[in-house]
Amino acid sequence: MKPVIEVSNLFVYYNNKPALKDITMSIRPNAITALIGPSGCGKSTFLRVFNRMNDFISGCRMEGKVIVDGSNLSNNDIDVETLRKNVGMVFQKPNPFPKSIFDNVAYGLKVQGFTDKKFIEERVETSLRQAYLWNEVGDNLNGSALSLSGGQQQRLCIARTIAVQPKIILMDEPTSALDPIATAKIEELIISLKEQYSIVIVTHNMQQASRISDYTSFFYMGDLIEFNTTENIFKNPQEKSTENYITGRFG
Amino acid sequence: MIKGNNFKEKIFPPFALFCTFLGVILLLIFLVNILIDGLSRIDADFITSLPSRKAEKAGILTAWTGSLWIMIMTALISIPIGVCAGIYMEEYSKKSKLNTLIEINIANLAGVPSIIYGLLGLEVFGRLLGLGNTILAGSFTLSLLILPIIIVATRESIKAVPKSIKDASYALGATKWETITNHVLPYSVGGILTGVILSISRAIGETAPLIAIGALAYVPFIAQSPFDEFTVLPIQIFNWTTRPQHAFLVNAAAAIIVLLLITFILNGIAVYLRNKWKMNLRY
Repeated sequence: MKPVIEVSNLFVYYNNKPALKDITMSIRPNAITALIGPSGCGKSTFLRVFNRMNDFISGCRMEGKVIVDGSNLSNNDIDVETLRKNVGMVFQKPNPFPKSIFDNVAYGLKVQGFTDKKFIEERVETSLRQAYLWNEVGDNLNGSALSLSGGQQQRLCIARTIAVQPKIILMDEPTSALDPIATAKIEELIISLKEQYSIVIVTHNMQQASRISDYTSFFYMGDLIEFNTTENIFKNPQEKSTENYITGRFG
Repeated sequence: MIKGNNFKEKIFPPFALFCTFLGVILLLIFLVNILIDGLSRIDADFITSLPSRKAEKAGILTAWTGSLWIMIMTALISIPIGVCAGIYMEEYSKKSKLNTLIEINIANLAGVPSIIYGLLGLEVFGRLLGLGNTILAGSFTLSLLILPIIIVATRESIKAVPKSIKDASYALGATKWETITNHVLPYSVGGILTGVILSISRAIGETAPLIAIGALAYVPFIAQSPFDEFTVLPIQIFNWTTRPQHAFLVNAAAAIIVLLLITFILNGIAVYLRNKWKMNLRY
């Protein structure tokens, strides 16, 4: 199958210091790709390349080719707003807007110019159902998003992301701020989402990577050390440092 | 020695308490004094009478309507400019030497003595723009005076909006404009309003810059448009206190009560907004 993201010879610099060095890999559609590695290895930077969120970091610069939807993201003249409508993102800490549950999910649609009330209501409901949140909040859509628990807030953020039906969803350690029960719910949700979406997830939790992902890439000091199916990475790593990391010898 | 620092430990809290109450006590003494002198002078006639050479006939109608004019015009001029400048500096400007220089100078401007603004206003608005000693000239001058305060308040409030919220908006494909109008401004409006009201309440107490641009002490009519001459409460008060007759001092005390009342009300609204905003928003 044709990859949804093709990265070749990507370099990312922070103030001329390389944070990612010569990365080449492709992301498969309708699969979960996990990015693992110790803190500071560049995995979050890599994730934020795909929706150009690195633009907000001053001194950050990228070179090389990152093809999403036929356009090269290192071109400065691409329309980042359109890109971000196709490449959604879920953050590390749940970050709902201090607005109602309904307004949170509807915001992306509003930004995209949808005005039909009926359509927005339907889309909000489907998104909340897909995020396994409807049963908990369906009768309280006007309640404040901030009154939800951490796990519910994160599922709300996922509902908000899928409401605009992106092709790709980026997740930056989406469960690191949550307790085990909430984490299990989110993991179940992520797996159910891959039918419709291609998912790239950064995680510090190797069990999580092995539980939910189809492909895993291991980053270390800005280099992509190894990229393979999750099964191969965990059962049969080719590189010594991969093996050391996944067996918990460092990181 | 175990009891080594006990003396300092015992003496400091009462001293700190004394320092805390010093300001409050002085304010209280002042208030009581003014109330005793002026309260009996305040009645409907005092509020609705034009100024007069006879102390018992004189009122503050032109003064408080002038203050109201100045307050509204200054707000209309300074709020849009100050808020836009604050948004620009916080959300749009890139880090550069020029921008840093501008930022430092805006902070410095807040400390410039108000008489200097008055002289600037006299030259630029009064003479160059030919506005003379009108309400508009006074409002422009006071706007200059409070712009730095509004800009700083706007920036602080915008800064308090967490980056994670803005990230969420951008990640959904929102533009900067959409992010600012849908999130940044609605969440920081309480803080901005607080700053605006406090600065307006400072503006209506200002005397020196308005005297510098030539506001009159004696205006026997109510201003009808921004191009009319005017007086304001502080100038009226200043003028009355310079008269030798005791009756005018009583008038001054009464006018001070009115002016203080207005400032206290404005500050009260500011405190209310700040608390309300804090309760509604926890990220």
